[in-house]
Amino acid sequence: MPRSTYSALSLLRRGLGRHRGWTPAWRHPDPKPRYAAIVVGGGGHGLATAYYLAKTHGLTDVAVLEKGWLGGGNTGRNTTVVRSNYYFPESGRLYDLALRLYEGLPRELDFNIMLSQRGMLMLAHSHHDMEFARRTANAIRRNGIDCDLLDRDDIARRLPLLDMSETARFPVLGGYRQARGGIARHDAVAWAYARGADRLGVDILQNCEVQGFLIEAGHIAGVETSRGRIRADRVGLAAAGHSGVLAAKAGFRLPITSYALQAFVSEPVKPTLDEVVLSPATGVYVSQSDKGELVVGGGLDLHPSYSQRGNLPTAENVLSGLVGMFPAFANLRLMRSWGGIVDVVADSSPIIGPAPVDGLYLNCAWGTGGFKAIPAGGTLLAHLMATGEQHPVAQPFGLERFRRGALIDEAAASGIPH
Amino acid sequence: MLLIPCPWCGARDEAEFRCGGESHIARPDPDTADDATWAAYLFDRDNVKGVGFERWLHRHGCGRWFNVARDTVTHEIRAVYAMTDPRPEIAP
Repeated sequence: MPRSTYSALSLLRRGLGRHRGWTPAWRHPDPKPRYAAIVVGGGGHGLATAYYLAKTHGLTDVAVLEKGWLGGGNTGRNTTVVRSNYYFPESGRLYDLALRLYEGLPRELDFNIMLSQRGMLMLAHSHHDMEFARRTANAIRRNGIDCDLLDRDDIARRLPLLDMSETARFPVLGGYRQARGGIARHDAVAWAYARGADRLGVDILQNCEVQGFLIEAGHIAGVETSRGRIRADRVGLAAAGHSGVLAAKAGFRLPITSYALQAFVSEPVKPTLDEVVLSPATGVYVSQSDKGELVVGGGLDLHPSYSQRGNLPTAENVLSGLVGMFPAFANLRLMRSWGGIVDVVADSSPIIGPAPVDGLYLNCAWGTGGFKAIPAGGTLLAHLMATGEQHPVAQPFGLERFRRGALIDEAAASGIPH
Repeated sequence: MLLIPCPWCGARDEAEFRCGGESHIARPDPDTADDATWAAYLFDRDNVKGVGFERWLHRHGCGRWFNVARDTVTHEIRAVYAMTDPRPEIAP
């Protein structure tokens, strides 16, 4: 297949040719009976893993198995926020690795992921919030990551539509901001990694659901899929909310509970908001897409769920919080809302490391914050699958931390949903 | 919105309740359990896709706990039973 590069010139040339002759960005091969390595899950993390296996480790005999369509799970269902403003040094190293890779991704993958580092602003609504913000901002800076503490006037200047009046439902005292935070086009991230991996020889197999695992003498030997048996002696799982379902098929349990996380998109309007804003009091986060839609998220639904749609009480809570902060947004109509199934653990930190079955590796438990971590999740799982060793950045995030009690409790440290 | 049949108050809105997570988790003896057993007790979950068994609290109602068998895909409530009752047999 001819491999075109994407550029303004190629777009112009194709445009003048009435957009005939675009070729598929990746192949649709049939499964081979055996691969050197299999990655389960064709979302951002799985595709990035395959890409880095091929690119960094020279392992190109790799298949990515996706039960539905590419990027159709949480990669296509999130609120597209990227940031690395985490409290603990372990988390800072992890998420900043992801953000630094994101910054170089368009050039590396020849794909416009529409990365917009417009700034990520966390609001403080009380004196306690403000103390918390100061502590968090200092911790982030000590992690070597950019972060600024903002006062009330700074916030008012940056967010003209935010209700800062005397009678505001959620009074604002200040906040902190990571200038390198922002948004990126979520689908483009999946597509960019898919195209990059495909070009290096990786087979991307869609509509290929893993139904069981072949385990021989305690070691992984392959998978049973809806498209037949595929053998491999290294298998990586990047299945987010469905990690527990796969673990059960492989005969072990994970410290994960799956919930639906909702997101909402409004009708498009002219530019009104040029920051990503998060309020710990309401749990609401909002940004404006390049198309002009407000993209809104909030907390988890109230009970475990595998249904990729949200429940009304959480929707009401999120939207009333949004309107409480930005009264003008009450005029907007919602275009769509949806849910993604997120894999939540006690400490809101990911699990990257070997599974209890030899040759099986985990990349899961990103919970509500997987999108921002895609390049790091891919890098670290690829390192583990290729070398059998944990990457130094992944070291603290193995499954054994639950047994050792060495939790990295971002849930408590950040005090926000993520 | 789930309509949850509290055994004492009748059917009420989901927002009045709190889901307390998986039910029927037996606490191992802390004096004899090793770290792996204790960690499994604290953290590992079946996290079933399909009919799962959960504890619920009628937080803004009678304040009492009870068990619910609920399908995590359709959200259909299949059974409500007392905290001390064994796990009921439910066809998938």
